[in-house]
Amino acid sequence: MKTFTNAVRKDILKMIHNAKSGHPGGALSCVDILAVLYKKVLNVPLEWDKSADFKNRDRFILSKGHASTALYATLAHLGYFSKDLLMGFRMLGSKLQGHPSSRVNLAGIEVSTGSLGQGLSIGVGIALALRLDKIKSKVFVLTGDGEMQEGSVWESLMNANAQKLDNLVLIVDKNNLQIDGATSEIKSLEPLDEKLRAFGFEVYSVDGHNYEELEKVLIEAKNSDKLCAIIANTIKGKGVSFMEGNVSWHGKAPNDEQLKKALEELNAD
Amino acid sequence: MLTKKEEIKSPRNTYGETLVELGTKNPNIVVLDADLSCSTQTCKFKAAFPDRFFNCGIAEQDMMGTAAGLAYCGKIVFASTFAMFATARCLDQIRNTICYSKLNVKIVATHGGITVGEDGASHQALEDISYMRSIPDMRVIIPADCTEVKQVLEYAANTPGPMYIRIPRTNLKAIFDPNEYSFNPGAGIKLRDGKDLTIVSNGETLSEVLSASKMLSQVGIEADVLHYPVVKPLHHNTLKDSALKTKKVVVVENHSVIGGLGSAVCESLCHWAPSKVYRIGTKDTFGQSGEQRQLMDFYGLTDKKIYEKIIKFMDVK
Repeated sequence: MKTFTNAVRKDILKMIHNAKSGHPGGALSCVDILAVLYKKVLNVPLEWDKSADFKNRDRFILSKGHASTALYATLAHLGYFSKDLLMGFRMLGSKLQGHPSSRVNLAGIEVSTGSLGQGLSIGVGIALALRLDKIKSKVFVLTGDGEMQEGSVWESLMNANAQKLDNLVLIVDKNNLQIDGATSEIKSLEPLDEKLRAFGFEVYSVDGHNYEELEKVLIEAKNSDKLCAIIANTIKGKGVSFMEGNVSWHGKAPNDEQLKKALEELNAD
Repeated sequence: MLTKKEEIKSPRNTYGETLVELGTKNPNIVVLDADLSCSTQTCKFKAAFPDRFFNCGIAEQDMMGTAAGLAYCGKIVFASTFAMFATARCLDQIRNTICYSKLNVKIVATHGGITVGEDGASHQALEDISYMRSIPDMRVIIPADCTEVKQVLEYAANTPGPMYIRIPRTNLKAIFDPNEYSFNPGAGIKLRDGKDLTIVSNGETLSEVLSASKMLSQVGIEADVLHYPVVKPLHHNTLKDSALKTKKVVVVENHSVIGGLGSAVCESLCHWAPSKVYRIGTKDTFGQSGEQRQLMDFYGLTDKKIYEKIIKFMDVK
């Protein structure tokens, strides 16, 4: 697992370096969550829409679309599409748009995201459709913690509970930072667990970089017949010493030297 | 194609009834509302198919996101509330989630335009067509009577992709004969033949325009009357031919003169048949409370006011 996540992290940095723009901090914070999800939890066929079982797949929505590099690299390393595509990230005509787009027909991408606060509502709609069609799959939505400041998230939390959804899992990548600084200082979400509980969710808190813990909780949530939310406590920029916990790495590309240093750290890890 | 029957019917009732018919034929149809189901008449669908109706509460952003998720899974989604809240409140969801992913969501907005009446400016959507028209892949349709409302809804249910359909709060005068009229999404239609000017309209102002054109005829001004229910994509042929003939065009709509049918007509004509265009609609302004007919009169949208404005316009050289 560590070999896998290190490879994903290295590609995230290379993609952003190559594109000279992107969002390393929030991508690196959710790498371990995505790795455990795709390797241990989700049932998503590698053949994607060519699979006979396509309609029964679990659905994953990256509501924090700016972490696109983490999803792209995870999917490519698992074989959903060629790794050759990765360096086209943010380039004209590329399937790897700055934020995930469902228009470009890239295996593994469900719906377009990027404007924050919308993924959970989409997830609620998908969960309702799956229930209507008696499909047993689960819907996983990953939001950022800063994203939880969007009012529309709370509208959909309310709806998920009102519709008594038992096939939806919310994961919050709680890295405690947003563009302008610490989430606690800009607009605190605390107590987030109690708020989610008050909205009818069964709430789990985990170390978002601990594979075993993540796997245990994600599987438990997947098998649960209750509406589940997982607060994954993460470190923004995880894996690169000078990016960890440093808000300035939310949305900027490493230069040549910084990339070299970061890759050395990850290689040594 | 025009009916001789004098009949006034509620387009919202037609909407509710048609939804039930469509839902009976197609189990894939689902309906969403944001706590206005009695006003929009989606409650009729709820009564018939409770499992396929979702009330998202007073949360329009969440309704549009939920609609997107359902559509993504292959459902044909009708999402309704008042035009004011179905557009401005959730514009980002409509643009970034529904249209960018090109999802099969039909936003059927009731209470469009100034004729919301007594509720006043906060509830009078005078800019909704402008918002919707500017989003890529969004189709925008404003039917003019209940026969057309029904046919447009049938068309919407059978045509994939995002669509915005606007119906008014007011009851509509019957214009089309249901046995003869067939909604054509690919062309504007000529309802009256003239030579002196072209009048373009849709929605509830169309019947006012038809009446005004008769008044104009009595003073020797013969107008081509064009109905353009599909504001986007606007098919230029009927419009171009008429404008090349008359050289004078008037557009009448229950919407701001900024960004609606008037703007769409200007955008088309500046390319195909540069003409003098006079746009009748609400100016760059908010509405206000008042009785429906009074408001139509105040903002210059009644047959009489349209007639008077056109008489003045015809003097302009």
